[in-house]
Amino acid sequence: MENKGPTVASVITAGLWSENPVLRLLLGMCPTLAVTTAVKPALTMGLSVIFVLICSNIVVSLMRNLLKPHLRILMFTLAIATFVTIADLYLKAFLPEMSATLGPYIPLIIVNCIIICRAEACASKCGLFISIVDALAMGVGFTVVLCILGAIRELLATGMVFDIMIMPKAFVPWAAMRMPVGAFITLGLMLGLVNLVTGKKA
Amino acid sequence: MDKIYILLMAFISIVIVNNLVFTKFLGICPYLGVSGRIDMAFGMGMAVTFVVTLAGTLTWLIDHLVLMRYSLEVTRYICYILVIADAVQLVEMYLRRFFPPLYESFGIFLPLITTNCAILGLCLFINLWGIDNFAEAVVLSFGAGIGFTLAICIMAGIRENLKIADVPEPLRGAPITLITAGILTLAFMGFAGMIK
Repeated sequence: MENKGPTVASVITAGLWSENPVLRLLLGMCPTLAVTTAVKPALTMGLSVIFVLICSNIVVSLMRNLLKPHLRILMFTLAIATFVTIADLYLKAFLPEMSATLGPYIPLIIVNCIIICRAEACASKCGLFISIVDALAMGVGFTVVLCILGAIRELLATGMVFDIMIMPKAFVPWAAMRMPVGAFITLGLMLGLVNLVTGKKA
Repeated sequence: MDKIYILLMAFISIVIVNNLVFTKFLGICPYLGVSGRIDMAFGMGMAVTFVVTLAGTLTWLIDHLVLMRYSLEVTRYICYILVIADAVQLVEMYLRRFFPPLYESFGIFLPLITTNCAILGLCLFINLWGIDNFAEAVVLSFGAGIGFTLAICIMAGIRENLKIADVPEPLRGAPITLITAGILTLAFMGFAGMIK
């Protein structure tokens, strides 16, 4: 790599595991908890975040040498808001049902800390290529966690995943998993599990 | 009398029944990050209340007087985030000039508020719920701040006690906070359906 910064491989592993935005850095908790009632909205949310993250990282990376330090956060936010508007309009036009389910959580991507964090920590320092890889890795890491969480909650709340019945007929759905309680407790236990696994390795 | 009743109901609903933290998952980041000590949590809550009231009112006005009149709704998100960032800056400068001790005590929280999703979230919810009464928008904005303060202070109180509790090693820190928050939402679910 001609870049002196992080290598491609290290960026990818950081995004997927060692600096996973949700599991390790605790960033972007609001959408994580809010949209994971089922896998489908979780996936849509994840893909929207990947789109916005890549676009904003590209823009920020390209203009990183022109930015005045004290104005940079404002510029990041404006770039992000533009791409979020695009994503939101796209969802409204082509997936109106999904757009209605996700409601204000799509525009809330603007203030999702993951995106500002990556713009600040990576894109404003690194070249274009690394920034794109970083956005992709972080975005995929975020989406995977979202989908796992969504799958657990959907399975326990309805017995279905992706609208396919998995549990036996005798299964009694846990309505609580659909509610905020389910989100908080599932994520809490997931974080505990991750701590347990990484603790043993170290 | 009717009007006051509606406003009162709106206030109670946003503080307790539709609490942004417990039912809409907004403002979770500071809720988990800052709620270590009650005094800090209260400071953060007050700062948020201040900014959210200002931002909610301003975005409502801009939305109804400018964006809707000239059908510029496409730029809504960009306008909202600009208004919020400006409101935070304004509050910061004002406090630094006129209330230095208060400014010192808010410290790092003030700039952080720009990316607090509770604020943008509330502006979006006011828009989504189709609130077209100015007084109601102001009351909702203020109530959202109070609701946030309430949530973050309860959490801080519990966490001060969690420090001396015997929590299993892997669950220490964020996981147990999330689980506690989950149980708290369960308690707040008892209010669901009371109003609206």
